[in-house]
Amino acid sequence: MVKILLPQLSEGVQKATVSYWYFKAGDKVNEKDDLVELTTDKATFNLPSPCSGTLTEILVLEGSTVNVGDSLGIIQES
Amino acid sequence: MPLKVIELGLVDFQDAWDRQRELFREVKESRLRCGLIVCRHYPAITVSRRANRNNILASPEVLKNKGVGIYAVERGGDVTYHGPGQLIAYPVFNLNYFKKDIHWFLRFLEGLVIRCLRESGIKGDRIEGLTGVWAGRSKIAAIGIAVRNWITFHGLSLNVQNSDLSNFSLIRPCGMDIMVTSMETISGKVIPIEKIQRDLVNLFKTSCGI
Repeated sequence: MVKILLPQLSEGVQKATVSYWYFKAGDKVNEKDDLVELTTDKATFNLPSPCSGTLTEILVLEGSTVNVGDSLGIIQES
Repeated sequence: MPLKVIELGLVDFQDAWDRQRELFREVKESRLRCGLIVCRHYPAITVSRRANRNNILASPEVLKNKGVGIYAVERGGDVTYHGPGQLIAYPVFNLNYFKKDIHWFLRFLEGLVIRCLRESGIKGDRIEGLTGVWAGRSKIAAIGIAVRNWITFHGLSLNVQNSDLSNFSLIRPCGMDIMVTSMETISGKVIPIEKIQRDLVNLFKTSCGI
């Protein structure tokens, strides 16, 4: 199981908002696929998938905020 | 650090969007660290994924009659308007070579606009928490970017001439009840966009060493 973690997008900024999931829970994903779009201030940032596998769980829904280092979802590696 | 500059003139939003994607690929796949597209747009409204469509106030019929296209885009922010009286800049910067910090890049763009305004004798300011550049209480430049693989696209629009300002009433800019102004309004004289374009491109060029 690989956790999808929110990286540091800006110095001193600890939060981002999940604006779009490119996949649903249960979908197969490939490493480097755009997985989730995050929004901070007037910028969007695409987080790529850290590995190939199945997105088993989405932990932070669109519109919700997430802290740096927290898990956005879980991928079961294939 | 050389900056590749592409000057498109007055183009459809879609054309410039396509050119942004080409430039993005070039920056991603080559050693080019930064590129810049500058242009003006025929009237267009762009909305982000997060935007509230209710912030488009005009009906589809009104927009059609005015020839204003609507484009859903991947940048941050809400809804904005673009038209020929604005100067548009789309910086495609590989932040891996600069600073991997999204807010730093937003502040960098604001700083360039503020310096560009200063060259025309206009005082532009930041307002904390409200990304963009402001002249007094009115917004003079809007900023909204997207970052993929730490490469930026989309960018900024600076209101130079007054010709479009009335079209901002078609929307609630940025989803807020804000006033919008232009360099022409502030200075009380017509300002040639070509001059502002030269100033802004030069500022980008000299700032690329950052």
